[in-house]
Amino acid sequence: MENFFIGAGLALGFLTLLCLYRAIYGPTVLDRIISISVIGTKTTVILLLMGFIYGRADMFIDIALAYALLNFLATISAAKFFRTRKSLVPGHKYFKEREVKE
Amino acid sequence: MITAISILLFLTGVFFFFTATIGLLRMPDFYCRMQATGKGDTLGAFLTVTGLALYNLHHGFTLAAVLVSLKIMFIAIFLFVANPTATHAIAKAGLDCEFEPWTKDGGSK
Repeated sequence: MENFFIGAGLALGFLTLLCLYRAIYGPTVLDRIISISVIGTKTTVILLLMGFIYGRADMFIDIALAYALLNFLATISAAKFFRTRKSLVPGHKYFKEREVKE
Repeated sequence: MITAISILLFLTGVFFFFTATIGLLRMPDFYCRMQATGKGDTLGAFLTVTGLALYNLHHGFTLAAVLVSLKIMFIAIFLFVANPTATHAIAKAGLDCEFEPWTKDGGSK
């Protein structure tokens, strides 16, 4: 059973690496926020798996819970920040185009 | 028996994580990426964490094991509530910035 947990953790780590592509090359800022949120959810599951591999599940649950709470707060605060800042694409002057459009 | 059910739940959750990652990489717009990850990631996290909580009980239903499983189920329920909330906040931020959704012919609306 321990080998199954190690294999599952490696598979989730590989999926995390695939998500990291969108975090680096994402065209807008919101793509990066989504990607970091997905990576945080996978990390919570990987922390629980580490607890079962080491045989200390009761200790790693607290770490996973704290990580889930922090991930939720980070995503909410980043979305709120970029909602008022209105510069989604980096290097793109948003306010000028908005004056032209209106 | 409990071990077989937990392995089945865990593998189903890994499959939904896989579909969420494929959607995140391949969809054309960030609204489309959000609808792939917001559902697939939530269901995948719920299924995997529930499978681990079931596997924790395979030695027997002692008090300590049941308490640890309850704590793991609390993580699952928290993820099940918090993940769609975060997705909704990101979608609201995109709409408030007037980021136009992707259409098939490239036109607006």
